[in-house]
Amino acid sequence: MTVHLRFFASLRERLKASAAERTLPDGATVGELWTALCRERPDLEPLSKSISFAVNREYVERDHRLADGDEVALIPPVSGGA
Amino acid sequence: MFEIVAHPIDAALVSAAVANATTGATVTFIGTTRDHNDGRTVTRLEYEAYREMALAEMRKIGDVATQRWPIAAIAIVHRIGVVPIGEASVVIAVSAAHRAAAFEACHFAIDRLKEVVPIWKKEHFDGGEVWIGSQRGQPFAGGSKAPDG
Repeated sequence: MTVHLRFFASLRERLKASAAERTLPDGATVGELWTALCRERPDLEPLSKSISFAVNREYVERDHRLADGDEVALIPPVSGGA
Repeated sequence: MFEIVAHPIDAALVSAAVANATTGATVTFIGTTRDHNDGRTVTRLEYEAYREMALAEMRKIGDVATQRWPIAAIAIVHRIGVVPIGEASVVIAVSAAHRAAAFEACHFAIDRLKEVVPIWKKEHFDGGEVWIGSQRGQPFAGGSKAPDG
């Protein structure tokens, strides 16, 4: 299945991209997606505890199972407001 | 009214959007860019948003506030892009028949916004820039670690 990744803020700068497509095995979880990303980019590993995830614009836990066509946003610690 | 804009926010317009003949109180919170943070001299803030989700989360905050307090209306407007010193990055207006609910709901809304809405600010300061929220503890990126350094 294919998911559409979105990167923001510090993560967007680090990856030098705001979006990417990724192919995953059917039924892969958000956690498995993150593990795969960290394997390719070991510099992401230290961020593990501070990144949140949203699928189709709703926050999810790492055991959330992805579906084909999902939009997955990697969300660094937010800092809206003044 | 739940908006993300890339221009200066007219706080009076946001307040006016929630007030009506039934409301005896309107509480408006205006968050503005401060010239200092954590011992650094801030020169400007720059905001980025996951727009679709940020708007959805702002609306959810409005729904929760409306369920928890007897308010008439709530409006949240957040600015993205560069927000210079002294200008507003966020305005939240809440109206109610009486002031207690308006104060409490407005306080809840800004506290909650800062916890969950996917918006990020990049602080530009004398000596560098840093995304707020990602640090643990002391500042880095060329800034002094002493509060007045």
